[in-house]
Amino acid sequence: MPLAAPILDEARRIRALFDATGAVGVSADVLQPAETLLDLYGEDIRARAYVTHDPLKGEMMLRPDFTVPVVQMHMESRAEPARYTYSGKVFRKQEDDPSRPNEYIQVGYEVFDGQAPVKADAEVFAKVSEALEGLHLRAATADIGLLLAAVKGLNTIETRKAALLRHVWRPRRFRALLDRFGGRVAVPATRKALLAASDPMAAAGPEIGLRSMADVAERIAALKEDAAAPAISGEEIGLIDAILTLRNTAPNALGILRDIAVDLPAISDAVARMEERLEAMARLGVSVGSLEFEGNYGRTSMEYYDGFVFGFYAAARPDLPAVATGGRYDALTRVLGQGRAVPAVGAVIRPDLVVQLRGQA
Amino acid sequence: MTIKLGVPSKGRLMEKTFEWFSARGLRLAKDGSEREYAGRVDGLDGLELVLLSAGEIPRDLAAGRIHLGVTGSDLVTEKLSNIDATVQALAPMGFGGADLIIAVPQCWVDVDTLDDLDAAAAAFRKAHGFRLRIATKYHRLVRDFLKANGVADYQLVDSQGATEGTVKNETAEAIADITSTGETLRANGLKILVDGLVHASQATLYKSRVADWSDADRAVMAEIETRLEL
Repeated sequence: MPLAAPILDEARRIRALFDATGAVGVSADVLQPAETLLDLYGEDIRARAYVTHDPLKGEMMLRPDFTVPVVQMHMESRAEPARYTYSGKVFRKQEDDPSRPNEYIQVGYEVFDGQAPVKADAEVFAKVSEALEGLHLRAATADIGLLLAAVKGLNTIETRKAALLRHVWRPRRFRALLDRFGGRVAVPATRKALLAASDPMAAAGPEIGLRSMADVAERIAALKEDAAAPAISGEEIGLIDAILTLRNTAPNALGILRDIAVDLPAISDAVARMEERLEAMARLGVSVGSLEFEGNYGRTSMEYYDGFVFGFYAAARPDLPAVATGGRYDALTRVLGQGRAVPAVGAVIRPDLVVQLRGQA
Repeated sequence: MTIKLGVPSKGRLMEKTFEWFSARGLRLAKDGSEREYAGRVDGLDGLELVLLSAGEIPRDLAAGRIHLGVTGSDLVTEKLSNIDATVQALAPMGFGGADLIIAVPQCWVDVDTLDDLDAAAAAFRKAHGFRLRIATKYHRLVRDFLKANGVADYQLVDSQGATEGTVKNETAEAIADITSTGETLRANGLKILVDGLVHASQATLYKSRVADWSDADRAVMAEIETRLEL
């Protein structure tokens, strides 16, 4: 492990770059209410974040990141456009790999700007890229907005689209649903029997628990609607697959996506945004010609990231996690703002990894 | 130095373990009175019997306080992280079988699979304003299982006993619990999801990878392996 002092120096250096944009320096409590994070990320977060108990406040979590408290703070102040920066420790459980640290510094930069979101995307990426200059890192990019737009544009019933959108960040379940809705896998025997029964409630027995018979009846109605709806066509599923398996340089990916948009016009706006973003990045000095685009990137680790996403990796050290990650999280502001969304994009850098990589260079 | 073998200190699990070793030529016995937690091994020097609570055996193996231990595979997978680096399963012992399963009320005629549970959880959260509660004491096993299967919008609530009653008492909507026959589930108006088997547990002999193994210990272990045909 690198010594603490060089890591603190590195954190200060990166922070100064973010400060220079006029960003407001912010901090967040180490102890965060667990309920907010659990409601956002579900039980899975217990495997990653430390949970502790306060006699008065109940379950608390050692902050696993700054994004959520920064968004909450911004939603209260409402000042826009706004830029924030922070530097501090985050705490993560490591269940499988004892060599990974349980606490490390993140230096972050978050931009809330509804007027020019594409420019904000480019700005955040360029700032991070500048901070990591000289390390020769590989940058991976993607745009989850393309997938969301593609799903919304499917020619099928709304409940199926909602189910797919809910699981965009859980690729296995997303795939299983797509196969089911596309008629590619058989309907489970239990569901067939349920739909064929003249009185599905006949074997229900006594009602127990809070999920009422009305809830059950509502779901049966939804299942009947689903069974009556035609399968999502193979062509449409093929187009989704084409987006998910896309792996190319950003300019080539853009060309391929334009072709896909001919058959799937729902993604046209997202493709146009990607083009604008690449132009904005080029203006800021990013060499977009060699930038990697991976259609499937960022789906498992970044729930609520719903637009441009990126990560910087050391190509020679595949064992290390990303040195920096970031992306657009409008969906997160919508959930935390109780319906009031603010377009937002941000990124974090890990100075400990920067120091470690520089030590090897 | 001796090899320490941790065995559950009471009940059927202890008796069955003694029988299993005895059938393989290693006689384990409890010392003194019924209430005493000391034991001995007849016919093999260098192996010491330690009687422990089955629930503590995983931790003692992981800390290297015992070299060998008999306990349920459910307890080991629930309590230990980084399992492959800390313990090695030497032999499933063919008894103490129990399945950790997910069960829901029988009146949920629309829910038979994890896919159904996930859809019901989404609708439940929308209608009731909180995540669907699953009562269990096997938090890690259940969470990993549901994550691997892409189930969302649920929460785990801790239940250390009488878990089958939580649905009737409206402190949970579903449960994840150990069952050997399913009788108690049916009596409490619950049914098992067809793909809801989280873990098939049985008594298993484990070896600690972190305990100190001297040359003498290794020689004794080789003898044990021969007798147990490992």
